[in-house]
Amino acid sequence: MEIKKTALAGTLESSDIQILITKGTKGIEIELESDVKKQFGDQICQAISETLKGFGISQAKIKAVDKGALDCVIKARTIAAIQRATNASEELDWRAI
Amino acid sequence: MTQAIDNERLRRTMMFVPGNNPAMLKDAGIYGADSIMFDLEDAVSLTEKDAARILVYEALTHVDYGKAEKVVRINGLDTPFYQEDIKAMVKAKVDVIRLPKVESAAMMKELEELVSVAEKEFNVAPGSIHLMAAIESAKGVLNAPEIAAASNRMIGIALSAEDYTTDMKTHRYPDGTELEFARNMVLHAARAAGIAAFDTVFTDMNDTEGFYRETKHIHQLGFDGKSLVNPRQIAMVNQVYEPSEKEINQAVEVINAIKEAKVKGSGVISLNGQMVDRPVALRAQRVIKLAEASNLLDEEGNYIEK
Repeated sequence: MEIKKTALAGTLESSDIQILITKGTKGIEIELESDVKKQFGDQICQAISETLKGFGISQAKIKAVDKGALDCVIKARTIAAIQRATNASEELDWRAI
Repeated sequence: MTQAIDNERLRRTMMFVPGNNPAMLKDAGIYGADSIMFDLEDAVSLTEKDAARILVYEALTHVDYGKAEKVVRINGLDTPFYQEDIKAMVKAKVDVIRLPKVESAAMMKELEELVSVAEKEFNVAPGSIHLMAAIESAKGVLNAPEIAAASNRMIGIALSAEDYTTDMKTHRYPDGTELEFARNMVLHAARAAGIAAFDTVFTDMNDTEGFYRETKHIHQLGFDGKSLVNPRQIAMVNQVYEPSEKEINQAVEVINAIKEAKVKGSGVISLNGQMVDRPVALRAQRVIKLAEASNLLDEEGNYIEK
């Protein structure tokens, strides 16, 4: 799948994560901001890139601001951002998740 | 007889949780609500419907909500979100889908049809997703009996008083007189169909006295429980539904008399020289169930002093 436009999902509230996706040309680049980056940074980035891979996205720039999100929240916000960035909002393929 | 009650869940409290709030979704299981209702409808703004649906899906499939019954209020039939909500929640294997603004049995039948199609699509056991209806208008109240009996997936109907009172050209009053007819219709429809009846929410968190007054009233009428907007209300509802020591001791005696009669192979159950008939036995079983839920019985079935 291809990123068609810049898209944002999630909020800056506690336990949430805000994901901004833009077009990229150098594979998957993730810029992460988190109070727990030292301990969980790798895990958060992995959750984001695995979700992107699941949707067949290999080129994208991600800016993520984490407020202590669980893995399932990271996945949910990444999927929402992907949906919005690929103009697929109303027809998500639930079989692919 | 025993089975009918034993299979029935306690549904004293159904707590609303906004579908797009990760912090509340994460913690929803810790308050001890009998049912948790994840909301994709009014608690979610139009621009966040897609994100909330995915978030609730991920929460349902990853967060452990213990013994609580998981309910999702989807968006109404007349919205563009309805079909996607159904697909996602069936795939998440939610226990119950709650449809808002139900006015006819046909609306429940349409939902049932889409749910069975989705069950096939996502390899979910056929018939495993249950349904419930929220009644929010005069038409819905008048059609409550056919709505409650619309499908054998139905587990309950709930009254939503905010929309209903607006439809009736009134608003909510502290004494609840304006809701009497609707409450009784919804309750009778539920009982006639053998499903649960849920009362509406009480939103003024500062009016504790009013909350207790309303909860005692709907408990007296016979409602299974109440929809709640704040976890603080759970203990308050449970307190109202908690049986007294006298009720528990009586119920224990009735249950023991039933056991004794079974052992003796006697068809007639008697207690202190009086016959225990079916309604008495059913009521005793419900009291025991409520007592167990309030941790008022020990392992041998004796009342525990508080």
